[in-house]
Amino acid sequence: MFIPHTDAEREAMLETVGARHVEDLFADVPARHRFPKLNLPPALTEMEVLAEMQSIAAGNETVRDLVSFLGAGAYNHYIPAAVDAILRRGEFYTAYTPYQPEISQGTLRAIFDYQSLVAALTGMDVSNASHYDGASAAAEAVSMAQAQFRGKRNRVVVSPSLHPMYRETIRTYNPGAEISVIGDGVGGGPAVGLKSGPEALIPLIDSNTSLVMVQYPDFFGRIYDYRSLADAVHAAGALFAVATNPLALGLLTPPGEFGADIVTAEGQPLGIPLSYGGPYLGLFATRQEYVRKMAGRLVGETIDNRGQRAYVLTLTAREQHIRREKATSNICTNQGLIALAATVYMSLLGKHGLRQVAELCYQKAHYAAKEITSLPGFELWSKDPFFHEFVVRCPQPAAKINEHLLDHSIIGGYEPGKDYPGMENHLLIAVTEMNTREDIDLLVDALAEVSND
Amino acid sequence: MTEPLLCELSQPGRQGVRFPEPDVPTTPLPGSLVRENLPLPEVYEADVIRHFTRLSQLNYSIDTGFYPLGSCTMKYNPKINEETARLPGFAFIHPLQPAETIQGALLLMYELQEYLKEIGGFAGVTLQPAAGAQGELTGVLIIRAYHTSRGDVKRTKILIPDSAHGTNPATSAMSGMSVVQLASDERGNINLDALRRECDDTLAGLMITNPNTLGLFEEHIAEVIDIVHKAGGLVYGDGANMNALLGIARPGDLGIDVMHYNLHKTFSTPHGGGGPGSGPVGVARHLVDFLPAPIVDIVEDADDENPPLYGFVTPSKTIGRVKSFYGQFGMMVRAYTYIRMHGADGLRKISEYAVLNANYLLARLRNTYNVPYDRGCMHEFVMEGCWPDAPNVHALDIAKRLMDYDFHPPTNYFPLIVHEALMIEPTETESKQTLDVFADTLIKIAEEARLDPEVLKTAPHKTPVGRLDEVKAAKELVLCCGVEYVDNSKELAPA
Repeated sequence: MFIPHTDAEREAMLETVGARHVEDLFADVPARHRFPKLNLPPALTEMEVLAEMQSIAAGNETVRDLVSFLGAGAYNHYIPAAVDAILRRGEFYTAYTPYQPEISQGTLRAIFDYQSLVAALTGMDVSNASHYDGASAAAEAVSMAQAQFRGKRNRVVVSPSLHPMYRETIRTYNPGAEISVIGDGVGGGPAVGLKSGPEALIPLIDSNTSLVMVQYPDFFGRIYDYRSLADAVHAAGALFAVATNPLALGLLTPPGEFGADIVTAEGQPLGIPLSYGGPYLGLFATRQEYVRKMAGRLVGETIDNRGQRAYVLTLTAREQHIRREKATSNICTNQGLIALAATVYMSLLGKHGLRQVAELCYQKAHYAAKEITSLPGFELWSKDPFFHEFVVRCPQPAAKINEHLLDHSIIGGYEPGKDYPGMENHLLIAVTEMNTREDIDLLVDALAEVSND
Repeated sequence: MTEPLLCELSQPGRQGVRFPEPDVPTTPLPGSLVRENLPLPEVYEADVIRHFTRLSQLNYSIDTGFYPLGSCTMKYNPKINEETARLPGFAFIHPLQPAETIQGALLLMYELQEYLKEIGGFAGVTLQPAAGAQGELTGVLIIRAYHTSRGDVKRTKILIPDSAHGTNPATSAMSGMSVVQLASDERGNINLDALRRECDDTLAGLMITNPNTLGLFEEHIAEVIDIVHKAGGLVYGDGANMNALLGIARPGDLGIDVMHYNLHKTFSTPHGGGGPGSGPVGVARHLVDFLPAPIVDIVEDADDENPPLYGFVTPSKTIGRVKSFYGQFGMMVRAYTYIRMHGADGLRKISEYAVLNANYLLARLRNTYNVPYDRGCMHEFVMEGCWPDAPNVHALDIAKRLMDYDFHPPTNYFPLIVHEALMIEPTETESKQTLDVFADTLIKIAEEARLDPEVLKTAPHKTPVGRLDEVKAAKELVLCCGVEYVDNSKELAPA
């Protein structure tokens, strides 16, 4: 299959090596553990494995088979055909990390294009070559703030409307008592109300605060002007981090314009298939003054010995393969190919396309919100502006409503009660350009059947 | 190399893809929150395709040639993997869908967990970590949580051999552990006396790569593990070199407590130019309760009429989650495909031929290049890229010269314990013909080093760009396109 050796070649090679049997090459392995019998199903040919995989895949109902209003950090968007056409190029997807720049200019220049696009989109000075996903990028923002203050400030303030998975990942990355994470009430620390607005975080900020992190649009889809919060963070000498949805930035004021020091994002909306949660893409951008504290790969421009403009991984002295235990992070890979997908997506849509798709999401979500809240028993949970996702309070438990919707081939919204006690009767509904007016009307009709008129 | 940057291709008014007009009544935009300018390029589809296709042609890749990159396992990536990962039933499912609508995905994850447990000899597996380094972080956090759960809080010391990957010490430091480096002995093994000296009641664990980065199987593996366990420590296995051990030995059987797999090395998922990787972690029985949440399990057993129902469970003492959702699912589909195509015998054959190929290259090269720890090798070996009679030639020059002969260079200057290291891992997917041309080329370069060292010092000559000024890159720090996009802010003002 994938091993080319003929029997004659194997024998010739063994002779060169000076071994009689292939087994002889494993003499250093303790005899009693050598050559275990693995209990695995028998091998399949390509033809058979494709059939098996099709059969397993058929056990899933997709967001194309059903009508879906699920978001909560992963979104169903249209991916232009040209994105996968580029990803399918073996020269990109079967290449290694571009440590040898002379034969890796393709990857390096694509990353440089990516860094340029992310910086422009977020309104920041510099972007790295990406992290694993939105959650790990958020955790890296905390590590960067700790490095910035050399451990002298040890409190991180997070908004309770920062994605629950991001907050959990931040805590997993920081298990000791060295850093306390407050603001969301998890673990007994102080908490602000979900509806009290960004300024409610200000009293929690002091001279021991290293980082304040919010989401934009927040986990519930709401969009806030964070300027006064950013000013308060800076007045305390701390860093301000904003986790964002890059697609929303096609429409919304970029965090760089309201005082963000670090912008992180889940890059999945930028042309990445839902693929059951991964591989996704962690965007990470910052201001020029913090670039040396930022983790992750970076590509810089330079010249070669023939005088040509060329690109190379730079500031590698921050990284684990040079600095070992003193590195800014243990990160070794980025999400190279997924960053390429986002780069191609942003290139194709460009200035006008990204704005157009963001507006479509906004318009359709607002239509859906208006129609749903015209039903008796359904009302918007928050009056604050939102982008393409919103919370409705329902007349019945959300789990029960979702079961009813699934009977109508509709995947309803996320149930925020899973993360926020007291919200069991609420649904978080996401609407994108993929949802037609007919889809939305179908949802509204199905919800009407459970409304309490 | 004349390909412009994307930003330089931009022409005001172009757009590569368009979307339908809204089919719903419109709502006013949130005025003060709308951005005034979106400085992205304006290009059309053919610009984009040509730009990125031309960029791709500047890359070396497995699909274009031999990639003998030590410790990276650059094996051929089967094309069928790309088809299965893109099946709509896998590509278009949302991670928060109700369990009853994604039983196929959960079955695949459950079976992959089972396969990896069987292959590695472990009692539990998490598929969540996004890459090897995140797998390491997960493993060290599990070790930390294990000791903490027993009230053994002073165990914060992690021992790491001097031949280890840089991620090992970086991960330990990131997990709040202190790092002590262990010297290797003259046969490339862990120095047992040095190990014993460090095994006190502050020992949290040992991180070991086996075979190690010299490509050598640790000769005293049972004793090493025993010493650590007797001192109350746990043993972390870096699974980067698992391609040598499939069906050869199970790390769990050897006594390793926790190990990460690299699906992008051992199980053929593509490296993607630097990711996505995927770093599942296997653990022994006593660590199962600490795995990251969630993991997939059977939540309702099968009966006469129904298949089992799969769902997520949270281990009782979980360290928490290390990323969003459940891991790099697309990579899991590829690895599952690969394991299913091999079965037990096929997996063992992979490691047998990976090791045969490495030993064959070693046999062909050991008379030309000095091999400092020469006792036969597993799937890779390390030789010195320098000779006393060619004093100005370094491993770097050999690496660069290989590019002129259409080969990717080996890993160089790693491991740190070998002077002018060239680390060669051929993998099982290369033929005898390819290995022979590669060995002949390295022998020819050794001749050039004596006869015409300048041709090595100035190499590469045939690549799209020559050697780069890396100091200038770090000093001037140009990290994004300096060209200003045309400002169409008026056009983009809020409607």
